[in-house]
Amino acid sequence: MAKQGKDTVPSKKKGESRPSPKEARDPDWANGLRQLYDSVVDEPLPDSFKDLLDKLDDESKST
Amino acid sequence: MPQIERTAATQADFKRELTEVIPHLRAFARGLCGRPDLADDLVQEAMLKAWAARDRFEPGTSMRAWIFVILRNAYLTDMRRNKFHGDYDEIVAERILTAPAGQEEPLHLSDMHRALQTLPPERREALLLVGAGGFSYQEAAQICGCAVGTIKSRVGRARATITEMLEEDSIPARSSSDSVAHTAILEELDIISNRQSNHN
Repeated sequence: MAKQGKDTVPSKKKGESRPSPKEARDPDWANGLRQLYDSVVDEPLPDSFKDLLDKLDDESKST
Repeated sequence: MPQIERTAATQADFKRELTEVIPHLRAFARGLCGRPDLADDLVQEAMLKAWAARDRFEPGTSMRAWIFVILRNAYLTDMRRNKFHGDYDEIVAERILTAPAGQEEPLHLSDMHRALQTLPPERREALLLVGAGGFSYQEAAQICGCAVGTIKSRVGRARATITEMLEEDSIPARSSSDSVAHTAILEELDIISNRQSNHN
């Protein structure tokens, strides 16, 4: 009996049925994180970036 | 190092690829430093550095990974100069508008943003690269210049922390007293609603 107890998982406290966060490979919020990232990816590009890209061309022409 | 002759065509290719990765650079930078304005400054800085170093880019390899390294280095340099104050910024919209409809308890993207910004920088960037940017552990390790195991451990810790924060509802609260932040939120809401009406 005592030997068996050695290998059993320690009894969980009440309300601890969820897996430990470390084991959760793809947590519930994973999609939220991608959405956050994608919300920026999908933003229209500010004009400052177009200006910068144009400037790069000028720069390479002059060099 | 072999000298590749840069033709006008390869230069045009470079610029096209650079243009294509800008949205990803903006997303990565915003995740890193938390503030839209500083993030965009950072992206522009990285673009200029990338352009100056364009002869060192090997065509056919991942432009996104290559320039993420440049952006990351620029970020770290700025951080050391204390340009970013190390903590998250309040300027973020209540992105609940973009949460999927019909979700029982919508995850506010602003909560996600704040949770992300509370992470230590190296865990935050690891999670951003793998969990949002879609890079493999291997690629993320190359970008960060560290071992694959280190990246795995950082992502694991970042995930555990965020899960805990979201489950226990212990995300640091926004300071509602900040009128600047409040105005910025309203402005962003305007931008979001304008964008949505543009799509219609």
